[in-house]
Amino acid sequence: MQASSVEISKVNKFYGPFHALKDVDLSIPPGKVTCLIGPSGSGKSTLLRCINFLEAYDSGEIRIDGDLIGYEVPGKRMSGRRLREMRRGIGMVFQQFNLWPHMTARENVAEGLIRVRGMSKSEAESRAGEALTKVGLADKMSNHPSRLSGGQQQRVAIARAIAMEPRLMLFDEPTSALDPELVGEVLNVMKTLASEGMTMVVVTHEMGFAAHVADQVAFMEKGELVGVDSPDRILHQPQDPRIQAFLRTYHERNSI
Amino acid sequence: MDFAIFEQYGPSLLRGFGVTVLCWLLGTVFGMALGLVIALIQRYAPRWVGWIIQIYIEVIRGTPFLVQLFVLYYGGPLIGLRLDALPAGLLGLTIYGSPYFAEIFRSGFRAVPHGQIEAARAIGMAEPAIIRRILLPLGLVSSLPALVNFSIILTKETVILSIITVPELMYQVSRMSTETFRYLEANLVLALFFWALVETISRIGHRLEARVTKHLIEERT
Ligand SMILES: Nc1ncnc2c1ncn2[C@@H]1O[C@H](COP(=O)(O)OP(=O)(O)OP(=O)(O)O)[C@@H](O)[C@H]1O
Ligand SMILES: [Mg+2]
Repeated sequence: MQASSVEISKVNKFYGPFHALKDVDLSIPPGKVTCLIGPSGSGKSTLLRCINFLEAYDSGEIRIDGDLIGYEVPGKRMSGRRLREMRRGIGMVFQQFNLWPHMTARENVAEGLIRVRGMSKSEAESRAGEALTKVGLADKMSNHPSRLSGGQQQRVAIARAIAMEPRLMLFDEPTSALDPELVGEVLNVMKTLASEGMTMVVVTHEMGFAAHVADQVAFMEKGELVGVDSPDRILHQPQDPRIQAFLRTYHERNSI
Repeated sequence: MDFAIFEQYGPSLLRGFGVTVLCWLLGTVFGMALGLVIALIQRYAPRWVGWIIQIYIEVIRGTPFLVQLFVLYYGGPLIGLRLDALPAGLLGLTIYGSPYFAEIFRSGFRAVPHGQIEAARAIGMAEPAIIRRILLPLGLVSSLPALVNFSIILTKETVILSIITVPELMYQVSRMSTETFRYLEANLVLALFFWALVETISRIGHRLEARVTKHLIEERT
């Protein structure tokens, strides 16, 4: 599998007068897991969504394997067709799963293969079957999302993304909407993906996952990227007082 | 009461009912189609197009059907639109229903969670495929109860077509009343026919609703 790299440089994003991303620089190496942490409202989702241009950034550059996403040249939007081509190589997993409720698990996964990759229905369904088997849902393929647990729904969502054979995966708090006992099954699937050398960017509040699986951890606050380093140096020996304060409240909240 | 007159008027009443059902059915289908197109244009077209359509919606919703029908049927020829009663009635019903249907579809589309549209964009689906595969099926399902409800309201608007001499049920009932002075019997028949039609539509509507929402509702165990 090829893995993509992402270069984010001097990215700014405004919502009206609100400055949501401030000169963000971040380098995401291929085949590695980058975790984005930080307080609520710090711009983690916004940054993640700029990477596949679900959100348009206003200035700066985001390059995936050297190709600028969203713009042909800075300031000039790229065509819809070109953007869709680039998005094919980027999988995304949302906090709310966002499965299509009128389709079965298998149809959810096959849909993109048929509409985007142009596969025949039968080929797409067999590929979908493989992807669902990989996330441990071989026996749930004909279930509609309403008949799946949250953890299962999120694994279907991951299968839907990986079936497209992306070279980069974006996760926006993939376990935040799950009951605690269902978090593990989703994290395990993500660990497997990581071990296979997928480039992953993960917005998470799971510090355990960040500590054990991430190759680098980036901390954001108030739209700024405060620091990027190894998980150990960010989570265990933070230098910046803002990171120290964030971890302190995190530990307080999670102590029994 | 004297029901013997139905031997004489039965066939024309039945024919009238047939025309009523036909007008209602075609008016509803065309009105829905036009409403759907309007709702999609409102969602995707530039803002100034939306404003023009909004004016259309306000004008049609703000005026009585009777007035619209008069304008179409008697005013139409002035601009070269010369229609027979039936086509004029159908066109009138279509136009009259379209803004209501458009509003129903618009709110149905809004009920589709934005995340599900974004999920489709994120895997690289093009907008026409997203509309066809995600927005329409889900939006239509959430529109269904309101669509059925407004279709039922439309059944009763068809009586106004009698004024431009469309030979539907109301027209036949009026003819029978004025010829026989049996107002009570005639209007009882009218009520009965409409009750049957409305009841049928609402039953079909409920069945349809149960069918399309089967997989969307979380199973309670
Ligand atoms: N569509 C929008 N319009 C206006 N403001 C927005 C919009 N989306 C996000 N914001 C603002 O941008 C800031 C960053 O939001 P973002 O969702 O990126 O935060 P986050 O770090 O992901 O937070 P959380 O951990 O709660 O998910 C917030 O202050 C939010 O209010
Ligand atoms: Mg967020």
